[in-house]
Amino acid sequence: MKSKGISLVLLAIILLSACETMQPMVDVATSVGVASGKITQSQADSLTRTTKAVGKTFEDITVEQEYYLGRAVAASVLYQYPPYDQNELSHYVNVVGQTLAQASNRPQTFGGYHFQVVDSMEINAFAAPGGLILVTRGMLRCCKTEDALAAVLAHEIAHVQNQDGLRAIKTSHLTSALTIIAAEGAKQYGGQTLTQLTETFQESVGDVVNTLVISGYSRDQERQADEAAITILRRAGYNPYALVEVLTVMKSQVKPGSTGFGKTHPGSQERINAIQALAGGPSKAQPPAPRQARFERALGAA
Amino acid sequence: MVRWKIPLGIGVILLMVSTTWSGLGVMSVQVRDGQLRATPSFLGAVVGSVNYGDQVDVQQEQGDWMQINCKGQTGWLHNSALTTKYISIGGGGKDAQMKASGKEVALAGKGFNADVEAQYRKGQQNVNYLAVDQMELITISPQEMVAFVDKGGLKPSTGGVK
Repeated sequence: MKSKGISLVLLAIILLSACETMQPMVDVATSVGVASGKITQSQADSLTRTTKAVGKTFEDITVEQEYYLGRAVAASVLYQYPPYDQNELSHYVNVVGQTLAQASNRPQTFGGYHFQVVDSMEINAFAAPGGLILVTRGMLRCCKTEDALAAVLAHEIAHVQNQDGLRAIKTSHLTSALTIIAAEGAKQYGGQTLTQLTETFQESVGDVVNTLVISGYSRDQERQADEAAITILRRAGYNPYALVEVLTVMKSQVKPGSTGFGKTHPGSQERINAIQALAGGPSKAQPPAPRQARFERALGAA
Repeated sequence: MVRWKIPLGIGVILLMVSTTWSGLGVMSVQVRDGQLRATPSFLGAVVGSVNYGDQVDVQQEQGDWMQINCKGQTGWLHNSALTTKYISIGGGGKDAQMKASGKEVALAGKGFNADVEAQYRKGQQNVNYLAVDQMELITISPQEMVAFVDKGGLKPSTGGVK
């Protein structure tokens, strides 16, 4: 009977701890268990400690901390892929990107969305946590329409929305960081704590950069980002089939064994088939002339 | 009778949870700079601004948007700019009060912050923070976005830019 009571209280705790704001409710659940005599105070304390420890995930990183991680990730990628400074092109990519970001499920981040073209002919794009998005000149050259460019940017915005960058941080590094943060109440850290925190920051940034530049996200994460990109494109008024078109161009240009997109985005045909099922068939309508004209004018510099 | 106590207890808890989720009470701004809109849309006119940690009174919800009151201003904010956590900027008596009420408190500037970034940069040669700072300077005004959508023949649907 007692074990049944513990099971019921535990079930309630698991259900409630699924939401990060539910810790007070978990406390209530354990109190009810103790008051009804189903569990002891010591068991209640243990259950509370367990749920608090289990609750330490990437979701415990605040949007402000995500912002500083994102800046460091972007700073590292921008060292390897220098910015391509062409004002008109940069402005155009930002208008398309920021318009799309507003159509996402996460239009607001701590520091906002910002886009940068980088000077590389490799076909690639990167989304740093918090909304700093980098796209190579090689990738832009795969885009034949504004809708295709929008498809590439929408996919990267989806990675920000899904917080895939933060999910790339190894659990051990995340736990170290969150343990230090939880233990310290002060905003300004002393020498040793600052050093430890900076070490975990560096390790976390390294995990994200490694995933963005070398290993890539999982197929599941890519599939989810494609699905979210189609939703964003539809909401913003772009043709979602443009994602299929740009992936087809990319697939024809990426050579086996190459770096960049070819390495971090395997199985393109599989992706294309999945997206086709969601995006529907190709649209016979051409993009309006003013849209195509502004695209060609801006991309002429890429 | 005893066997009903646990299901009853869980029922009470679930009721409390649903009440918490549907409440329109006080929330905190979790973006650095938030713009209040006249209508629940990113293309709506800007009628005010809020900053990180500001507490707002939620008046009503419409889709993903919330009409809020803050510092004598009323306007609409997207829900991704808001959190149910209380964000402590300066510390002090109100923090203790919030903790006592069981509301989760997030300390602004805690953890990975500007100090950690400064320390990290001291030890890194292979980073380009100047380019990051320049990226962040690029902002697009709502007016420009409206004109861009219009001239490009884009017809946004519900749920996003509208």
